[in-house]
Amino acid sequence: MTDSTVLKLNGLSKRFGSVVANDDVSLTLNKGEVLALLGENGAGKTTLMNMLFGHYLPDAGSVDVADEEGTLRALPLGHPQAALGAGVGMVHQHFTLAENLNALDNITLGSEPLFALKRDRAGARRKIEGIIERSGLNAPLNVPVGRLTVGERQRVEILKALYRDARILVLDEPTAVLTPQEADTLFENIQAMTQEGLSVIFISHKLREVLAFSDRIAVLRHGRKVGEMATSEADESSIARMMVGADTPKVARAELAPGQPVMQLAGISLAGRSKRDTLKEVDLTVNAHEILGVAGISGNGQGGLARVISGLVHPSAGRISIDDRPIAKPSPAAMVKAGIGRIPEDRHHEGIVGSMSMAENMVIERLDDPEVQRFGLLRHDEIRSHAEELAQEYDVRGPGVTASARLLSGGNIQKLILARVFERAPRLILANQPTRGLDMGAAAEVGRRLLEARERGAGVVLISEDLDEILGLADRIVVIRDGTLIEAATHDRETIGLMMAGETE
Amino acid sequence: MIRIEPRAQTPRAFALGIPVLSAIVALALAAIPLIFAGANPIVAYGEMFKGVFGSLFAFSEMLTRATPLMFTGLAAALAFRAKLWNIGAEGQLYLGAMAAVAIGSGVLDVSGVVLLPLIIVCGAAAGAVGMAAPTYLKVRFGADEVVTTLLLNFIILIFLQMMLEGPLQDPMSLGWPQSAPVLDHGMLPPLMERMRVHSGLILALVLAGVAQFMLARSVWGFKLRAVGENAAAARHAGINVKRSLFGVAVISGGLAGLAGVSEVAGLKGYLTADLSPGFGYTGIVVAMLAGLSPMGVVVAALFIASVFVGADSMSRAMGVSSFLADLVVSMSLLCVLIGGFLAKYRIIRSNKAGATS
Repeated sequence: MTDSTVLKLNGLSKRFGSVVANDDVSLTLNKGEVLALLGENGAGKTTLMNMLFGHYLPDAGSVDVADEEGTLRALPLGHPQAALGAGVGMVHQHFTLAENLNALDNITLGSEPLFALKRDRAGARRKIEGIIERSGLNAPLNVPVGRLTVGERQRVEILKALYRDARILVLDEPTAVLTPQEADTLFENIQAMTQEGLSVIFISHKLREVLAFSDRIAVLRHGRKVGEMATSEADESSIARMMVGADTPKVARAELAPGQPVMQLAGISLAGRSKRDTLKEVDLTVNAHEILGVAGISGNGQGGLARVISGLVHPSAGRISIDDRPIAKPSPAAMVKAGIGRIPEDRHHEGIVGSMSMAENMVIERLDDPEVQRFGLLRHDEIRSHAEELAQEYDVRGPGVTASARLLSGGNIQKLILARVFERAPRLILANQPTRGLDMGAAAEVGRRLLEARERGAGVVLISEDLDEILGLADRIVVIRDGTLIEAATHDRETIGLMMAGETE
Repeated sequence: MIRIEPRAQTPRAFALGIPVLSAIVALALAAIPLIFAGANPIVAYGEMFKGVFGSLFAFSEMLTRATPLMFTGLAAALAFRAKLWNIGAEGQLYLGAMAAVAIGSGVLDVSGVVLLPLIIVCGAAAGAVGMAAPTYLKVRFGADEVVTTLLLNFIILIFLQMMLEGPLQDPMSLGWPQSAPVLDHGMLPPLMERMRVHSGLILALVLAGVAQFMLARSVWGFKLRAVGENAAAARHAGINVKRSLFGVAVISGGLAGLAGVSEVAGLKGYLTADLSPGFGYTGIVVAMLAGLSPMGVVVAALFIASVFVGADSMSRAMGVSSFLADLVVSMSLLCVLIGGFLAKYRIIRSNKAGATS
């Protein structure tokens, strides 16, 4: 490792309308270094990296990238091609792979001359295999990417960047979809690559992996860089304090004995279109005063389980009952009526109608309610004043209850959904990835509300890919794998991680 | 280099500014071919203006032309709000017209008071069926309604020709493919002495008002908007998406059917296969110009009718082809679409070195 600088961001600023996404942020990255970029959601991490990569044009500031000889040169901003050419590779949080093509084609896609008559596949394969050997990023090259696991797809994404001779690699929340074990392997690979001179910036929420695998940490808050330190000098609470600007209180949870069963799934099977929707004879009981955590790697049936409990699909076999009353014809409306509150996974897509107002989104599940409508006509004044009360109570901050819900930030959209769900005091709450993409403040609020419901006597099904979240909130943990549920006897991270990966009997 | 970035918020002035500006730009652009045709655009547009506002008769002609466009415009606007792409208003219009002459030309022996409402209801019902069928195919089998409704237009038109040379043919027509006339007491009463404008206009205005109110204030409208804006969220929230789609399909088809009723029972009195010069398709343009707002449809229909009627009169006065009207209408649509894009995104110019605009 040398200390020569390979990347300098000089005073980058970016505003979107009245929102300041980045304010005068400067960063340097040294050769062979792993820099962790930390910050709450909306702190400006992704915007900063998008400016580096040319997706956004900064309002002020400049970027210098070292060329192959190590001389810093100004990077033309706003041109992804220029960034690629200068050796900057980016792996986005959401993969950008063509699922019907194999890994080899995905990796070479876009880096070939447009008018060449023949592709040099053998040469490309040799080059990729060389990279695989040096980095340890194993991925089958001949299988359509659609059939690869999430971890493999991510490796393909990284290979794609390395194939373009990236000397600087930016990873946006690379472990969000991985098991703890897969994440560890990824970081081992990254360390192998930095030995070869690659420099890495990775964006993360997870303090544990940041502390374990980075050399240096930079923290963003409200678009400004608020701290930078060597990882060896950092500890969890000091970073957390820097991210939120204050110490985060640990969630307090009362010891409660589980009560009567609230929801029972008996032999639920679902022949989903894909693995992520398939369930195989699932039995599950959720009791009052209990948070049941469903842990698992993304795409092992969580989607199917959530869709069944939400009423979005009819299970192909089995029965679902609430308070011992079976639900004859499951539908979203029937589930709401039976007392199930649902916090959907994709809050933008399924949670809200973005172009409708905050107030309208707050009543969308109770259009039959005489408080909301009379003779088929909406009671606008009641809806508005009710929404104002709810917004106050649940601290939903935005441009007002009559403004489009789309204008709310992710955390406030989630608070809106919480308000809608908890207001009805549901018997059972389905929380599917309720804190994904939320900042620590909003995530803590979600946890607090779930614990509050638990104390009130509700049952909670918490589906999450964030094991820390489940360990922190759940009374009981089941692991979902290949559409089946296995009860976990312990709260031990390592054991559950192995169960998630299927390496246990 | 030019870059495109999404806007954080759309300025308020855009809502009203875009359609008005689009119309002006369209007229300005259409002036170019006018000059090539050897006409002075200012004089030509002056003739056009006179052709609409120059006399009470001209104005009433414009209103007559706007009436069916209001119906088909409403049909498209409501369906499009639910993201149900009804391209079949033309066919539904003819279904409504066929029902009107089938019932109104003396087959049924009903008294005068009942006949007109019966024609209206049956015409709307026929149009509704014409839209409900493709919607069923969409909901049940996933058949794309753009394709099915569009193709149904041609099927219905051929069916119409068959009917006009068969069961619906007027025995007194000497072999012309034309239906028997609607009985006098089945006709929509005219609004003005010796003018063609008829009470179908009142019906269209009332329905536009009702649609506007229902869309904004009713649970039905709430569901329709939710389904159109985000069907996944609407379904998740417990709204019956299929039922909402069917509801709006029936109403949209019904409105298009009323356009046919209004043309037959308000204007022509009988049915021929050239009843509509593409009112169904122009209704789509009307709806888009109106930003899918029902009251906007009224304004857009008046604008487009003015362009058509005005261009006819300009063409007579100056010897310029009246196809210019089509040009202005299509230009306005393009301008509105571009304007809609500019409302969502802004264009930033930057030079090669990367300095900001």
